[in-house]
Amino acid sequence: MDIKKRAFKRSLWVYHLSGGSCNNCDIEILDCLTPRFDIERFGMVLVGSPRHADVLLCTGIVNKKCVERMREVYDQTAKPCVVVAVGACACSGGIFREGYQMAGPLEKIMPVDVYIPGCPPKPEAMIAGIVKLLEKIK
Amino acid sequence: MKLADSLKEKLGERIREINIHNERRIYLTVDVKDLLECAGILFREMDGRYIVASGADNSGSFEILYHFGFDRQGSVVSLRVLLAGKDPEVPSLSAVIPGITYIEREMWELLGIRFTGHPGLRHFLLREDWPQGNYPLRKEGATEGEKSEE
Amino acid sequence: MKNKKRVIIPIGPYHPLLEEPEFFSLYCDGETVVDVEWEAGYNHRAIEKLSESKHWDQVTFLVERICGICSTSHPFAYCNAVEDILGITVPERAKYIRSIIGEMERIHSHLLWVGLAGHFLGYNTVFMWAWKYRETILDMFEMITGNRNHYAMFRIGGVRRDIEDGDIPSLRKVLGEMEGKLEMLTRAVLDDPVLAVRLKGVGVLTRRDIKDFGAVGPVARASGVDFDVRKDDPYAAYPLVKWKVITTGNGDVFDKAVVRLLETFESVSIIRQCLDAIEGKKGEIENQVREVPAGQGIGRHEAPRGECFHYVRSDGANSPVRHKIRAPSYVNIPTFKASCTGQTISDVAIILAGVDPCYCCTERVAVYDAGNKKKLYGFPELVEMSRKKTERIIKGEMK
Repeated sequence: MDIKKRAFKRSLWVYHLSGGSCNNCDIEILDCLTPRFDIERFGMVLVGSPRHADVLLCTGIVNKKCVERMREVYDQTAKPCVVVAVGACACSGGIFREGYQMAGPLEKIMPVDVYIPGCPPKPEAMIAGIVKLLEKIK
Repeated sequence: MKLADSLKEKLGERIREINIHNERRIYLTVDVKDLLECAGILFREMDGRYIVASGADNSGSFEILYHFGFDRQGSVVSLRVLLAGKDPEVPSLSAVIPGITYIEREMWELLGIRFTGHPGLRHFLLREDWPQGNYPLRKEGATEGEKSEE
Repeated sequence: MKNKKRVIIPIGPYHPLLEEPEFFSLYCDGETVVDVEWEAGYNHRAIEKLSESKHWDQVTFLVERICGICSTSHPFAYCNAVEDILGITVPERAKYIRSIIGEMERIHSHLLWVGLAGHFLGYNTVFMWAWKYRETILDMFEMITGNRNHYAMFRIGGVRRDIEDGDIPSLRKVLGEMEGKLEMLTRAVLDDPVLAVRLKGVGVLTRRDIKDFGAVGPVARASGVDFDVRKDDPYAAYPLVKWKVITTGNGDVFDKAVVRLLETFESVSIIRQCLDAIEGKKGEIENQVREVPAGQGIGRHEAPRGECFHYVRSDGANSPVRHKIRAPSYVNIPTFKASCTGQTISDVAIILAGVDPCYCCTERVAVYDAGNKKKLYGFPELVEMSRKKTERIIKGEMK
């Protein structure tokens, strides 16, 4: 079943993955769950396993210690899936780009479909990015 | 008694150099052979609080600063040892300060300082297969991140 | 007909195939934890090295991003360190502004913690409420600084932006409302008999444990160790206003929760006094610093998690020649060895939460059998066990 059909049969299952981040993007992602932003109204649910995920929300630079794990999670995720790079670190490495632990940015490890820049991107920005994605799928 | 005077009294001849930056920041240099004893005096006898240790590459030689908190006086006392040579060695303080094992592993993998007597000197922050002899925090031969190809 | 949706917080992947070491590896014999190993590095981004190639002012932006939750704590300590080299203080108005930002951060961080702890225990409404109240603080940050997180308020010699009189009434309003909510949350924790059974006597750290690991912050103060950088090595506006250090004596997770909750009231009081000091007045917010001479300095700040310690060395050039950063979690996390050993697996999640580690680190927790080293559980399972234990206690209570 391709992702277009899945998106409309039920809610999008979103899995969060960090490749070495300061946690800000991760907390803002969790913030999307709280009553003020409530991503459930867009039909999105955060899940605890990548196996059934439709969307991978990735944060962090992808540091050298995380590379294999991230690749493994991507491999385990049911295809087709959408990979979203959340935050400056995932998009480009951000301020850590020249460090010796840098093995990213994310697009070096897996194909990226959506880039949401920001440090961190506000929940509104993340939601806007996801909504744009949903419209594209339509 | 002022903290600096207390330190001079307890450590005596072992102090090679004392730098009182201000009342709350005191730096003491001791020989490596006296390190274990001095750390014991600061940590146990004088009840200093272990904060952290910081190694540094001074382009040719190395040094380690062991930072202790003397909170009654709101002060930090930093115990310095100077290490010569490209592959310096220093005794581990893990028998005195149980929590110091992590920073010693870190100083080993980032600076290449060996801690003799350490219960398990192995990688902590870096991957297990990090290239041997590659010490990122050293000044010369420092590695850089993945430079982009464009 | 839609089923009632359950929101599952992804506190960790469970990969039976992955062999690499986890952030926390717990070894258990039956239901009891017998050993704990800590492997860091999953968030290591080479910041100390990067610092050596950044200009003094750029380093403030770099260290802000060490941790998103205590985003201001590292610039605070770093600026204190460089100002220690220079032997300067900042203008009085800047002191008040620094303390205001620092204390607002403490409130939002502790609320975040209360939410996560509630989640681990199965009190999901606590999670939702605490994070909802936290939003109002983030709104205030955005109003004053332009960003919800990573507020970039600090510079060497002062602060980068002033707090305008026009913003102060909103701040005061939020503080007033916050007090009522904090009161409610605190009463909910202190008076709940289930939480008392669940958290008292769990994950105890003795004074000896605190000393051996150098633990700091609420973790240490819950064990009766009366150390708070703001009081003992005063800086910014902390010696200029009235407030008290919160210490308790039992060293268990319950006490750690109490310390954090009571601290937030002190934070509200500190912010109010600082606002009183700056409202309607004008003043310099920066002592201009053109260069940093050769020397070394140590600066610290009492971050929400404890003492944040920066050592900086200069050789007179444009960048630090050495920058040592020690976050409070570096010394708090190893206490897990002491607080978890001998405890049951169902308490691991909440003991871990008691230390207030960074959220991403909890994604990498695994429990192994001490005998055959087989992997038994990941963090989601530990959270489930924790919640089930709470349920059992509730049922026992209701009998």
